Amino acid sequence: MVEVRAPQRKRTNAGPGRLLIAVYLLFAIAATSRAGLQIATKFDEAPVAYLLSALAAAIYIVAAVGLARAGAAGRRVALACCAVELAGVLGVGTLSLVDPELFPDETVWSRFGSGYGYIPLVLPVLGLFWLWRTRPARP
Amino acid sequence: MTSATTAGSPVDGLLATASIVLSLLVAAWALVATLRHRAPDRVQLAGLAVLEVTLLALAAVALVALGGGGRPDEPGAFFGYLATLVCLPPLAWVLARMEPTRWGSAIVCAVCLVTPVVVVRLQQTWEVLGG
Repeated sequence: MVEVRAPQRKRTNAGPGRLLIAVYLLFAIAATSRAGLQIATKFDEAPVAYLLSALAAAIYIVAAVGLARAGAAGRRVALACCAVELAGVLGVGTLSLVDPELFPDETVWSRFGSGYGYIPLVLPVLGLFWLWRTRPARP
Repeated sequence: MTSATTAGSPVDGLLATASIVLSLLVAAWALVATLRHRAPDRVQLAGLAVLEVTLLALAAVALVALGGGGRPDEPGAFFGYLATLVCLPPLAWVLARMEPTRWGSAIVCAVCLVTPVVVVRLQQTWEVLGG
């Protein structure tokens, strides 16, 4: 029985992975609606910040789909998304502190995601850790 | 006459407070279940159902207030938050049913921690007008 159940633990879309997908979904909803609203109503005020929000939203959606589709392709997609996310939140977070003029309005990643309880900073780390934990065994 | 326009926000009252308290109670219960390695139980699912009813009532009150001439300061954001809000408990329900392990309880806990934040943000998008 133990041997039969062991492979299930390798899936990215069960157990803790499902919680991760749920949080990614919540952030996808939050970032998508916020970016959509900002682009629709006041795009001229801070185009870079709003396009960045839209990019972040897209990445959250693709990452959630990648994690939910457990296969090798899904893993690669999720890995790429988590890596881009981590680079994005670190890069934008640093830039927004060094040169606040660059982003006149808040983005999800401004100040390392402090407006969202720093979850945008923690999420890609958890994602990468989860992908590593569920990595396929080497033959 | 002017008092009618500055009258209390429809999303800042007993219903809103009740939904926040209820959501936090369900989150706490789900957290205990997670720590005890328990799958989402009837209390969590019933809590989500009651929370959803409260949020729908809150949405109804807000829509009635809109019909009565009230206006949020940021209509786009207000409706965005309102629509998101009523979708949160069903999302937690579906995901919790898909994951009958401790992690299902963790999902309920996470969603029920997000819900009060959305309620407060909803209140802020209305209150800016009076301030």
